[in-house]
Amino acid sequence: MTANGRAGTARKQIHLAAHFPGVNNTTVWSDPESGSQIDFSSFVHLARTAERAKFDFLFLAEGLRLREHAGEIYDLDVVGRPDTFTVLSALAAVTDRIGLTGTINSTFNEPYEVARQFASLDHLTEGRAAWNVVTSWDAFTGENFRRGGFLPESRRYARAKEFLATATELFDSWRGDEIVADRTSGRFLRDAEAGAFVHRGEEFDIEGRFDVPRSPQGRPVIFQAGDSEEGREFAASSADAIFSRHGTLEEGKAFYADVKRRLARYGRTPGQLLILPSATFVVADTDEEAAERAQEVRRRQVSGATALRHLEFVWNRDLSGYDPDGPLPEVDPVVGEHTMARGRAQVRMYRDPVATAREWRELAEANKWSIRELVIHTGNRQSFVGSPATVARALDEFVQADAADGFILVPHLVPGGLDVFADTVVPLLQERGVFRTEYEGTTLREHLGLAHPDTLPGPSAPPR
Amino acid sequence: MPSSSASSASPPAPLHLAVALDGAGWHPAAWREPESRPRELTTARYWADLITEAERGLLDLVTLEDGLAPQSSHPFRRDDRTDRVRGRLDAVLTAARVAPLTRHIGLVPTVVTTHTEPFHISKAIATLDHVSSGRAGVRVKVSARSDEAAHFGRRDIPPVDLSDLDGPASAAVVAELFDEAADHVEVVRRLWDSWEDDAEIRDVATGRFIDRDKVHHIDFRGRHFDVKGPSITPRPPQGQPLVTALAHATVPYRLVARAADIGYVTPHDVDDARAVTEEIHAEQAAAGREGEPLHVFGDLVVFLDETPARAAARRDRLDDLAGEEYTSDAEIFTGTPAQLADLLLHWREGGLTGFRLRPAVAAHDLRAITRGLVPELRGRNVFRRAYEADTLRGLLGLARPASRYASTA
Repeated sequence: MTANGRAGTARKQIHLAAHFPGVNNTTVWSDPESGSQIDFSSFVHLARTAERAKFDFLFLAEGLRLREHAGEIYDLDVVGRPDTFTVLSALAAVTDRIGLTGTINSTFNEPYEVARQFASLDHLTEGRAAWNVVTSWDAFTGENFRRGGFLPESRRYARAKEFLATATELFDSWRGDEIVADRTSGRFLRDAEAGAFVHRGEEFDIEGRFDVPRSPQGRPVIFQAGDSEEGREFAASSADAIFSRHGTLEEGKAFYADVKRRLARYGRTPGQLLILPSATFVVADTDEEAAERAQEVRRRQVSGATALRHLEFVWNRDLSGYDPDGPLPEVDPVVGEHTMARGRAQVRMYRDPVATAREWRELAEANKWSIRELVIHTGNRQSFVGSPATVARALDEFVQADAADGFILVPHLVPGGLDVFADTVVPLLQERGVFRTEYEGTTLREHLGLAHPDTLPGPSAPPR
Repeated sequence: MPSSSASSASPPAPLHLAVALDGAGWHPAAWREPESRPRELTTARYWADLITEAERGLLDLVTLEDGLAPQSSHPFRRDDRTDRVRGRLDAVLTAARVAPLTRHIGLVPTVVTTHTEPFHISKAIATLDHVSSGRAGVRVKVSARSDEAAHFGRRDIPPVDLSDLDGPASAAVVAELFDEAADHVEVVRRLWDSWEDDAEIRDVATGRFIDRDKVHHIDFRGRHFDVKGPSITPRPPQGQPLVTALAHATVPYRLVARAADIGYVTPHDVDDARAVTEEIHAEQAAAGREGEPLHVFGDLVVFLDETPARAAARRDRLDDLAGEEYTSDAEIFTGTPAQLADLLLHWREGGLTGFRLRPAVAAHDLRAITRGLVPELRGRNVFRRAYEADTLRGLLGLARPASRYASTA
């Protein structure tokens, strides 16, 4: 069933990744232990911790415009991050084995440039590169780019699919045997067609010669992050892994089954698409201590000001006059175009804000919660809380129950937030026989149990 | 023997030295030399070896060539040759890959302004500055190649007539590309300034991570693009990483004079060097930058050996392999490190503050620079004996500028 099953054991192997925490309120920057979000040393620390723990990869998110709230730059969360390609390439110099996954937008980039960046990254990491393909459409982000907000929302997956298909054509335009570099005959390239490509499509009409020779993995590993119907289909057709949202065991199983079921339509097997939900954790010596600390972390993640802003995502109106320690607003949300929060995905989670508001008021009244308490309780709780043994067991159960193939862990502290997990949980997973004790391969494809594209029976042609 | 006419009263100003790296070297047959590593040009180890060698010689910086198409012997289209190095890695990523392996040397990748987003370039170079602790620069170039335009499919670049480069049609294309490049650099620079140095406050009492009055929209509006800003990347360690450009004529000289920290120029003798630097400084004054530090480096292709005869013989041998005599936009020097040191000191009387050397064969001529030329220059008291600064701006004697958006109150 899984691509990674080891001889002699029936247990599925868990894949683990470290997400460099950043621009949202998961990251507790007010903690005295919280370090720089931009110094290279912070990235080095997390990458080396993850590599020491034999993680599959490090993950970087990206957003191409600073978020704004009520017309001003949002200042309550971490703000600012480095350029994805540049920091991943630098990390290749201080790590040996860990995969390096970057989130790169298919709307505000061009395939030729992105393909040469990923092919270069794959060379410079000796086969450890991965691309999390994301889409956006908003004119807000577009204001930073030549084209502006050119893409209707309905076209964003069409563009993403064509972008990835085009990039794949570019990756495949070199087979890997073109450079002969024969000093005697003076022949450097086997033939002048190396890198030749022609792509004629709705979004891209390009042709010429790709200029980066075949990279160690052939193509970077492809991640897809959306969990909409279109996102699932896109992943089933073209991705190697899904970066999904963590939920309950039942939700996880349903999502897992749904996405894996779609693969057959594209001639793919279940092992060819990994489901890796994003997960947070709090680990302490005992379960009680961990529960207490988790509550403390939640309070730090949700200050009074943050709670009000969070309510404004749903209410879509200025609530700055309300007391975060008081009751929820009686007024109803403003329905329609979102004007309060810009540059963030959360606002799309609340499809029916009036109903959500009603639900939250009832919850708050029943529990006698203030605004802040409500946001703390309804917001994203840590996915795994407990002693090392409890967390290791829970992670394993999730994977063995086919609710996931592993996790992309988001620590709440930079740069040391993964240390305790690496030191205490990983050894227990290894004892359970569900996590590697040494890297067996050198490339990210090998870590993830994914075949090299050259060994696959020809490129899968997604239906148009 | 030093031929410098500098008076003995004050020590001569130090000379700045850069190396331009391109594949196996600038001569098209460089990859065929026994010491070259033509099958390793897409490996990190190859580039790390070259750049650490340059750092061993205490050079100011390396530039890395790049483009958005395979290399070509033709300036405006691809050449489909199979006897030369074709294919390469992205220069910004290569520079970043080597940054943690070096401590002092400046890293200056090439970026094409014609087809790239200034927003992406700005954060990439800012991040290169962060990962190198203040050693980043960028060399900007325009592209009039029709094949590069076809790789993007976003615009047509009108064909440039090689036989009539100074004609009005060609001049219009060139002017347009450089005009866009100037806007590109302006946006990149504004974005570097868009976060003031002390924008991150982490004020626990008010819950604010940044002081948003210190993070600025740049509101750039131009003929070629509009960019709102601010950058997503906080201000780089140098404040402003270096902007550099190669220039051969008045239009690009103007870009250097207005927007750059270093211009690379291609004089063929000292008088030529004087004329070029005077033109650039006049343009600088016209742009209102009079007196601001602006480096002008002379570019030279170098074949360096222990005797002039050996250098000439090597060049002949490479030309034979290539099947034609090597020509270049830059002067081609063939001789010994001592002779080159003499020439550099002579040419700098024409107003050049440094040189960017293009090794004909990277594996050979880079070592001849670091182990032959550098000691010669030191013997003449015009080159450093240790790195005197931790940032590239520091090596070049450039102060760290305040953000243009910082209130002076």
